[in-house]
Amino acid sequence: MPSYSFVLNGKPVTVEAPADMPLLWVLRDLLNVTGPKYGCGVGVCRACTSHLDGDEIQPCVVPIADCTGREITTIEGLADGDRLHPVQQAWLDRDVAQCGFCQPGQIMAAVALLKRTPRPSDADIDRIENVCRCGTYCRIREAIKQASRSR
Amino acid sequence: MLGKERPLAGQLSRRKFVVYSLAASTLTLAAPLGCDGARADADEPASSASRRPLDVLARGADEEMLVLEVTAANKVVVRLPRVEVGQGVTTAAAMLVAEELDARLVDVDIPLAGARAKGNQYTGGSSSVSSLYGPARELAALARAKLVTAAARRWHLPARSLRTKDTRVFAPDGRSATFGSLSASAAGIQRPDVSSKPKPASRHRVIGRPTTRIDARDIVTGKAKYAGDLAVAGAKPTVVARPPTLGGKVVSVDDRAARAMPGVHAVVRIPGGVAVVAESFHHAFKAKDALRIKWAPGPLVSLSDAAIRSRLRAAVPRLGSPPRGSAQTQEEFEFAFVSHAPMEVLTAVADVRAHRAEIWFSSQTPMDARVSIASALGLPKAKVAVHVLRGGGSFGRRLNYDAAIEAALISKAARRPVKLMWSRGDDIRHGRMRPASHHRIRASRVRGKVVAFAHSTASVSEADKQSGASAQGGAGPAVAPAAGPLPSDRGLYDFGRVSERSGSVELAMPLGAWRSVDSGTVRTAEEIVVDEVAKALGKDPVAFRRTTLRSKAVKAVLAKVANAGKWGRAMPPGQAQGVAVHEEYGSCVACLVEIDATDPKSPRVTRVVMAADVGTAVNPRGLEAQLMGTAMDGISTILQAGLHIDRGAVREGSYADFHYARQRHAPPRFEAHIMPSRRQPGGAGELGVPAAAGAVANAYARATGSQPRRFPLNF
Ligand code: FES
Ligand code: FES
Repeated sequence: MPSYSFVLNGKPVTVEAPADMPLLWVLRDLLNVTGPKYGCGVGVCRACTSHLDGDEIQPCVVPIADCTGREITTIEGLADGDRLHPVQQAWLDRDVAQCGFCQPGQIMAAVALLKRTPRPSDADIDRIENVCRCGTYCRIREAIKQASRSR
Repeated sequence: MLGKERPLAGQLSRRKFVVYSLAASTLTLAAPLGCDGARADADEPASSASRRPLDVLARGADEEMLVLEVTAANKVVVRLPRVEVGQGVTTAAAMLVAEELDARLVDVDIPLAGARAKGNQYTGGSSSVSSLYGPARELAALARAKLVTAAARRWHLPARSLRTKDTRVFAPDGRSATFGSLSASAAGIQRPDVSSKPKPASRHRVIGRPTTRIDARDIVTGKAKYAGDLAVAGAKPTVVARPPTLGGKVVSVDDRAARAMPGVHAVVRIPGGVAVVAESFHHAFKAKDALRIKWAPGPLVSLSDAAIRSRLRAAVPRLGSPPRGSAQTQEEFEFAFVSHAPMEVLTAVADVRAHRAEIWFSSQTPMDARVSIASALGLPKAKVAVHVLRGGGSFGRRLNYDAAIEAALISKAARRPVKLMWSRGDDIRHGRMRPASHHRIRASRVRGKVVAFAHSTASVSEADKQSGASAQGGAGPAVAPAAGPLPSDRGLYDFGRVSERSGSVELAMPLGAWRSVDSGTVRTAEEIVVDEVAKALGKDPVAFRRTTLRSKAVKAVLAKVANAGKWGRAMPPGQAQGVAVHEEYGSCVACLVEIDATDPKSPRVTRVVMAADVGTAVNPRGLEAQLMGTAMDGISTILQAGLHIDRGAVREGSYADFHYARQRHAPPRFEAHIMPSRRQPGGAGELGVPAAAGAVANAYARATGSQPRRFPLNF
């Protein structure tokens, strides 16, 4: 089996995997990094959302072969030790989560949005596709605005 | 005293001592669950401080109890016989305990109890907080009294002079001791020297304070563990190939190609299809796709939506004759099937051996699940351990334990531990679903007053539970369709003679109770009719409700949203407000919605104002979250999210076509008002659905001048 090396949450890793294995299952099943969640496997629900070289990706539709030599960040790699990322802190302050299952993806999507658009408008926030079946959208919107202000 | 039975008074005489030999050196108390206000205390045996274990005499077996332990590490641990699926029950329970113990919230741990043999371990009916409110406070208050008494004896001070705060007991001179350091001696206290009664509501500092979820930090850092995140030794990723139609059956399987693929451990047949156990979910999905299966179509293969709808219409019982001389407002409504689609698909880890089994999954009904799993495996119940995990949403879906039974059967057949996951396609295509329904409602008016209100419904009910997909569902009593009138729909309005009749169309489909169960359709339709009646009488919807609602509490929540939402304010063309109310679970709610339906095919709810009276709101912040969730359910089920049945199969297969609301459908403005109350808590988790759905439909009708009758509207 081919092997692939990349940087995961700041640490270099090498895995043996089939070339077409989606990054989501490499993370979850081979590396036991379970923050990114499966919600559909086809790039629709965005529960798996993580970052590749700082940009938002859906690891369920990114084959591991495309990750060689690149930097992957999952929800586990967002905080700086015990210091939460400002978006995580905003999520705590607004008590956004209900069941929590979509939230790693929501947070990673929000971080990516704020990187592209530091002062997102309501229309920008409306373009977030991540599903939250518990319906936490109003608090997500507030938390993004709070994180945007705190920068 | 160990294990010795002692007769107790009255009906409890058959119950016996509970012996906590493992909790030998710590304060451990138990209270029966489900009987509010029951006292936890009893005459414990005198035991010397030097000799343990401690025997706690409690009224009932520990299986039926809520048990509180103060550990030497200064943690207060309550093993909760409920499941956390996002509704916030663990946070509410921790708050109740922290309140009465004067413990810091971070020192209270609420692990979920595994399946028990007896007692009340059911999460549903929006009953969790109301069932815990008495017992959790009683337990904690008694624990506090014993800890204070232990400190008083240690310090030779009068117990009444001591104070508790931050998981410690304080002496007037400033000395303090952690609860953990007092736990062992408190365990030997029989009669506390201070009151062990819960605080009066006027002294509550934690209950009623908006509080962040106790698991919020774990969630935002990705540490919260769901079934699929567990690392149970050897449990390999598993998926199931399922039939193209509901209840379809395997005729033959050619699994040679699949078995030859790298990383495939086993291929086994189960009643629902063919399971593949592999090294990773990637390997499992690929091997599943390589299976060559011949399927026999399911029993509904000749049936599609149009036929189901006409059968439902035909099954609606006759309304009977209206009162003589009355004028009628009569309307019909149709609701499509709706998927629960919790964000976390059904997932279960199973380790089945020859003589025992262990299963890990998220369950609202773990006791029933345990019995069903044991019987599916042919093992005695005592040999089956069910570990209850937090769930990534439920909305009623985890009342059933389809995946757990499958996982157990697969583990048994493959002779290895497995981690079964339904794909999103499995979840949406193979149920469960809220049943489709048809409603005929007639309001009879005489001289501007409603004198009779008749509602006849028919909904799909699940036939043939012994075969097809439902065989693995374990549709327990919890999901039986509600028979007869709902608690809420009799007498909410002063509408004279109220009657309700229901019929059903039995189909072999996997159905399930969906948040707010029948109220989500029944009461929603009624709230639309209330608007129609108001219109026929030339009255404003809020004013009409104000004069016809019976209950003061419902009128108060209505007034609250009308006021806060500026009911009646001028809106541009294509936009409008709508309102609806609901009462159930000992609680009531009103919802005001503003909608922009300038493009009727793509309406946007722009504002939602809700007000709820749920008695004591233990955690107002959690309650607000629940109301927000029900608002999204209302928006989704009325405007856009439903399932089609095409020739015996569900057409939708993911969130790409099952259009549960996303951020762009959520109201940019949401507010929830919580009515102050000192009543016992009522239910809250499902309460908002009918009011939100009704208000969205009414707002849409007013914005477009149309009469929405079939839901979801854009489908
Ligand atoms: S699991 Fe990746 S988008 Fe749904
Ligand atoms: S918090 Fe449950 S799905 Fe978003």
